Amino acid sequence: MARVAKLRIWRGDASGGQLHDYDVPWEEGMVLLDVLHVLQATQAGDLAVRWNCKAGKCGSCSAEVNGKPRLMCMTRMSSLDTTQPITVAPMKTFPVMRDLVTDVSFNFEMAKRVPAFKPPPRPPDGKYRMMQEDIDRVQEFHKCIECFLCQDVCHVIRDHPENKKVFAGPRFFVRYAALEMHPLDTNDRRELLKEQMGLGMCNITKCCTEVCPEGIKITDNAIIPLKERVVDEFFDPVRWVWSKVTGGGSKEG
Amino acid sequence: MAEYETHEHDVLVIGAGGAGLRAAIESSAHGADTALICKSLLGKAHTVMAEGGIAAALGNVWPDDNWKVHFRDTMRGGKLLNNWRMAQIHAQEAPDRVLELEEWGALFDRTKDGLILQRDFGGHRYARLAHVGDRTGLEMIRTLQQHAVHKGITVYMECTLVSLLKDGDRVCGAFGYWRESGKFVVFKAKAVVLATGGIGKAWEFTSNSWEYTGDGVAMALEAGADLIDMECYQFHPTGMVWPHSVRGILVTESVRGDGGVLRNSSGRRFMFDYIPEFFKKETADSEAEADRWYTEKKNNRRPPELLPRDEVARAINSEVKAGRGSPHGGVFLDIATRRDPETIKRRLPSMYHQFKELADVDITTTPMEIGPTAHYMNGGVRVDGEGSATAVPGLFAAGEVAGGLHGANRLGGNSLSDLLVFGRRAGAYAADYAKSVKGPLPVAAGRLEALAREALAPFDPGGTENPYLLHQELQRTMQSDVGIIRTEHELRRAVEKIGELRARLKRVRVEGHRQFNPGWHLALDLRSLLVCAEAVARAAIERKESRGGHARDDHPKPDPAFAKVNMVVRKDGEALRVSAEPIGEMPAELKALLEG
Ligand code: SF4
Ligand code: SF4
Ligand code: FES
Repeated sequence: MARVAKLRIWRGDASGGQLHDYDVPWEEGMVLLDVLHVLQATQAGDLAVRWNCKAGKCGSCSAEVNGKPRLMCMTRMSSLDTTQPITVAPMKTFPVMRDLVTDVSFNFEMAKRVPAFKPPPRPPDGKYRMMQEDIDRVQEFHKCIECFLCQDVCHVIRDHPENKKVFAGPRFFVRYAALEMHPLDTNDRRELLKEQMGLGMCNITKCCTEVCPEGIKITDNAIIPLKERVVDEFFDPVRWVWSKVTGGGSKEG
Repeated sequence: MAEYETHEHDVLVIGAGGAGLRAAIESSAHGADTALICKSLLGKAHTVMAEGGIAAALGNVWPDDNWKVHFRDTMRGGKLLNNWRMAQIHAQEAPDRVLELEEWGALFDRTKDGLILQRDFGGHRYARLAHVGDRTGLEMIRTLQQHAVHKGITVYMECTLVSLLKDGDRVCGAFGYWRESGKFVVFKAKAVVLATGGIGKAWEFTSNSWEYTGDGVAMALEAGADLIDMECYQFHPTGMVWPHSVRGILVTESVRGDGGVLRNSSGRRFMFDYIPEFFKKETADSEAEADRWYTEKKNNRRPPELLPRDEVARAINSEVKAGRGSPHGGVFLDIATRRDPETIKRRLPSMYHQFKELADVDITTTPMEIGPTAHYMNGGVRVDGEGSATAVPGLFAAGEVAGGLHGANRLGGNSLSDLLVFGRRAGAYAADYAKSVKGPLPVAAGRLEALAREALAPFDPGGTENPYLLHQELQRTMQSDVGIIRTEHELRRAVEKIGELRARLKRVRVEGHRQFNPGWHLALDLRSLLVCAEAVARAAIERKESRGGHARDDHPKPDPAFAKVNMVVRKDGEALRVSAEPIGEMPAELKALLEG
C-alpha cells in the first residue's frame, strides 16, 4: 500500500541552504530514515545523512523533525501527520557540514577534557567487587548513545554558541556523573565542573531529559546530584569520599 | 605527491570498532605513534550493536568453567575448521581482557557476591558471557573509546580508505578520502592493522550497517593477503522480519540464553526436531529437561534452542519452507510465556524498546516474529595465530575481518572476546614490527594519481548506472543464490551475476559533487563489496559438503575429505582463485580437550 509523504528537507552547506520539497512513496512500518533512503536511491543520490545501526543504538541519525530533535531511525512514519509536509532539518546547535550532517566535533573536544577514570589497584585475585544496587544508577548513565540531541536542545549553547567554550552540556554532565558515582573511581572533578564546565549555567529546564532517546533522567539523576556535590560538599572532602564509596549522594532513589 | 594531504605514523589502525580500538590502545602502549581511522564518527562502529556479551571463562557463575572448556566449545561450534592455536589463545586470554575492561571503567551486571555476572548462550557449556543487560557492545566500545581518548591516540573520523600502499612487498600506508570534503588523503605508516569488520551489506536482509562493505578484505586481497573460510558466512537465526523496512535487524541470542524458545505456527517448540547427531549427547531431548537446565546444569542437558547458530538458522529456514512459519515469513521467538515482564524488561531492555518502537510489539506479552539475517563473516583474512600477521609484511588483521578463530561457525559471545584478545595482540605485534622498519616510506611514482583517477571515475559524465540500484541487485542475488542453503547451480549463477555487476560498476554515475556524497561513497564501497561477494560464492562452490555456516542442498552432509582443509582465496591479476589447503595438525594435548 504505497502512500506518498511530502518531505521538506533542508539542503545546503556551511555557506547556506534552504528547504527542498520532495514527494516520496512509503509503506507501512517504515521509519523516517527509510523514507530518506528511498529518496536517496531514487531522487537525491547525494543527500547527506548520517546513520549506522537503524535501531536507535548508535546515535548517528539525529536531526530536527518538524522542529523536534529526534533519531530519524526511531521515528515511525505512522507517528507523524503525513497529511502535512514533514520538515527535516539538521541539528541547530552544531555547524552544518552538508544537508542533515553537522559538525559535532565540539563533543569530541569536550570528551578529551574529561579527567580519566581512576580505580584503585585490583585485589589479589584480579576481580573487583561491586554490588548491583551500587551500580544501577551509573549503568543508567552508560546507556548514553551519544546522539547529542540533549546538547542540541539545551538553550545554554543552542542560542549562545559562545558558551561552548565554557559549558560541557548535558551529555557530558551525564558522563561526569557516571564517573563521580562509579564505585571504583578515585578522581576528583568537582572544581573542574564548577570552574570550567559551566555546571552552574544549567538552570534545570529539563529540556535535555525530554529529548533523550535512552530515557536517561539527565536533570534529576545526573545534573542535580552533581550540583549538590559541587556546592554543598565543595569544602567537605570527608563527605565527598563517603559519597564516592557508597555511590550515593543523590536524593532521588 | 605534495598535492595530497599526508600524515605519517608508526602504526595505522583502520577501523574503530572493538578490535581497532583495542589494537590502537595496545600499539600506543608499546610506544608506537598510533593513528586510528574510522569510516563513521568515533563510537558508532557496529560493535555498539553487539548485545549479548563477551565470552570468557571467568568461572564466576559456574566454577567448573575454565579455558579448556571454552576452547572445546569454540572448536566444536566451528566444526573443527578453526585455527586451533587462535582458539586456544582466545580461550586463555579472554578473562584477562574482560577484567581489564572493568579496570578501564566498564560496569558489567553483577552476581550476588559482587562479581561479574555471566549468562548462557548458544554452544557454550556454562553461563559464560560477561554482559550489561543486552547492550554489552555499547559498554565495550564506550569504555575503549574513552580509554583511547585519554591515552592521546590520534583519531581520524569519517575517513574511508580505498587502497593500501606498498613499498615492494611490504605495506607502507594507505590512501583514501575524507567523507566530509571528498578530498584525498595519504597515510604513511610502518605497519597497518586492519580492523574493518565484515561484509554484511552484500545481503538484502542483514544485521549490518552501511559500513560493512568489506573494504579491509578487499584491500588485503589486493595487497596479496589470503582469505580463508569465506564460504562459512554466518546467518544469525534471529533477526526482525517485520516491518519489512527493519527486516534483518538483530534480535539478540540473549533472548534464548535467558529462556526464550522458538515456536512454529502451531506453537510447537520445533528445535527438538533438529538436533544433529554431532550435538545429541549434550542436548536435551525433552522440554522438561531443557527447562531444568537453566538452573541445574550438572544433570541436565542444554535446550536445543541453544545449539550453535548455524543449526538454529537452518532449522528456522526449514520450518518456514515447510509452510509452518509466521505471517511475515519467520517463526516465533517466545519469551513472553517463559519469563515474567519485570525480568524481561530488566534482562532485555533494548529488545523491549526495539520491538515496542519499531514493530508495535510488547515482547512481555507477545512472541516476536524472527528469521535468519546475514550477520558475521566467520572467515576472513588469513592471519598467523600468535600475532595476527597476514601474508603481507607489515599488514595485520584483527576482529571480524580476520579469519581462523571461528572456523566454520562462530559461537555467540566469541566475537566481543575475539576483538579484545586479537585486537590487543595485533596492536602489540604491529608496534613491535614498526620498530624494525627504518628509513623512508616511499610510494611508487604515479600510484596515488592512478588511485585518485579511479576513485573519481563515477563523476565522469559518460556513466549510466545508479550505485544504489547496483547495490540492490547484488543484495538480491546474494540473498537468493548465496544464502543459508546453496546449490552449485545457484552459486555459479551468482558468480556470473557478480561479474556482470562488476562490469556495470565501471559505468557507474553519481550526481552532485565530492562533498559528503553518499552516492559516491557507495559507488566506491561497491568495488570492495563485489570482490568479497565473489570470494564467498567461489569458495562456496569448492566446498562440496555442508559444514557450519556453509550448507549445500546438493551436498547435505559433512564430508571427511573436507574436514581438514580451508578454502583459500587469492587474487591472481583480476581473477580470484580458490584452493583447498590443509589445516595444521592439532597437538595431542589440545585434541584431548575436545572429548567429553
Ligand atoms: S536542564 Fe540544564 S543541561 Fe538540560 S537542557 Fe536545561 S539548561 Fe541545558
Ligand atoms: S544523554 Fe541521551 S540525549 Fe544526550 S547524548 Fe546521551 S543518549 Fe543522547
Ligand atoms: S541509525 Fe543508529 S541511532 Fe539511528
